[in-house]
Amino acid sequence: MTVNPTTAGASEPQFPLPSILTNPASAPPLLIAQGAEGRLYKTTYLVPELACAVKYRPPKPYRHPLLDARLTKARLSSEAKVLDRCARDGVPVPALYAIDAAAGWMALEWIEGAPVRQGINEWLGARPETDTTPDEQVDQTPLVDLMRRIGTVMGALHRTGVVHGDLTTSNMMLRPWKDGHTGGGNGTVLDGDVVLIDFGLATQSQSDEDRAVDLYVLERAFASTHPRAEAHFEYVLEAYGKTFKKAPSVLVKLADVRMRGRKRSMLG
Amino acid sequence: MALKTTALENRPWGALVHLALFHDVTNSAFLHSQLLAKNPDYEYAFIDASSIFSEHQLLSAAYRAINAAATSALQTPNVHSEVILSLSPNNNIADAYRRWGISPRTKSLIVLKIIFHDSPSVPGPQPSAAEVWSTISQLVSGTPVDPFSDAAVRKETNWAAVRKYYKLNGVAALQNIADDAARQCQMERLALMGMALRGL
Ligand SMILES: Nc1ncnc2c1ncn2[C@@H]1O[C@H](COP(=O)(O)OP(=O)(O)OP(=O)(O)O)[C@@H](O)[C@H]1O
Ligand SMILES: [Mg+2]
Repeated sequence: MTVNPTTAGASEPQFPLPSILTNPASAPPLLIAQGAEGRLYKTTYLVPELACAVKYRPPKPYRHPLLDARLTKARLSSEAKVLDRCARDGVPVPALYAIDAAAGWMALEWIEGAPVRQGINEWLGARPETDTTPDEQVDQTPLVDLMRRIGTVMGALHRTGVVHGDLTTSNMMLRPWKDGHTGGGNGTVLDGDVVLIDFGLATQSQSDEDRAVDLYVLERAFASTHPRAEAHFEYVLEAYGKTFKKAPSVLVKLADVRMRGRKRSMLG
Repeated sequence: MALKTTALENRPWGALVHLALFHDVTNSAFLHSQLLAKNPDYEYAFIDASSIFSEHQLLSAAYRAINAAATSALQTPNVHSEVILSLSPNNNIADAYRRWGISPRTKSLIVLKIIFHDSPSVPGPQPSAAEVWSTISQLVSGTPVDPFSDAAVRKETNWAAVRKYYKLNGVAALQNIADDAARQCQMERLALMGMALRGL
């Protein structure tokens, strides 16, 4: 659930802050999101000009403290290692600034912009229910362009041997292009580089099956979050298919995965 | 001012970080020997400037060391030796000293001093920036760079060494960047991540 950043932090914090954020700083931390596993704060790293995201996993009172500490540490450090692997391979992810896995927090580069979810919702919200774009122009629209950028980033991720594990349009940011950016820019809410975030469930895998499931999860997320954009998902796959040698066989596998998914939902 | 003092964001124990850069240092061998002898009057991070690429890198290592001190997680004898270890991407302390610490041959030297103004273990008034500077300028025989600046730090960098220490040779993310400034920026980003990841 996302918390309104203008109200959080200004008054008494609703949740106890991680102790690292109780120290003096030029501005109080803002609670940005409160999820099942943890909280995300916007604060600053080292100097007031450098924004950062602090991801905090508070202790779980219902778990044995030793076990809880061990799990939290393992999850955060695995997330940090995946970020490093991605960064070194050129996959667009936030940089890791600092981590104290024992204390349950890590500080990441703050990604400007909004989640892809928000961009797509704003884009669709400003447009009529029935699309009047002529068929021959559909593949030139900013939405299709964004879909292709998503597919390219997914391909880059999978090529490095990482599957995300929780792909949704909330776990991708659209970082606005800087002035002077050339190509693709149409000045719309869909402008920007796609940056992947939230690697809390990511794992290392090179299998077609795991990669196909990753794509399938995103496809289902599109269907439920943006039903009107679902028809455009083919452009994600089209771009993905061109990114690395094994991508076409992942797409073949995806057909299997879809079939199983459908059977399961018929049974359920 | 040749001493730059920074009050870091979210600083535990009211820590202030003081930084100075000296050129043409003539008593590196002596300073090095005092560190080996664990002389408490020489409790500073004495850093060879050639393996440093930015002020940000120094502050980042200082922050990690300060947090380690404040959470009883120091892996070295004190917060200043911890700064040297925190510059390294691996846990080998001897390696960190060899690569980032002062050597008897160091010519350009960075001195980093952390003062805790609000620590449970060292109560009472602490030295001011002016006092810190007066001590440092007596310890080091060399020409202070005045004012201390990120630009001055960047002039000393031995990039071949930095690329080796942070394992940046042959990294995919650096291959396809045509623009020199963008590649540099990316290298620094990866080196800083390497520092943050040490020990995971
Ligand atoms: N680096 C970042 N820069 C800017 N905003 C971010 C960043 N990381 C996360 N956010 C914002 O915070 C929200 C929650 O972050 P994230 O998805 O990492 O946490 P989470 O869903 O609680 O994690 P988990 O699923 O591992 O419990 C994101 O949807 C995004 O809006
Ligand atoms: Mg999330």
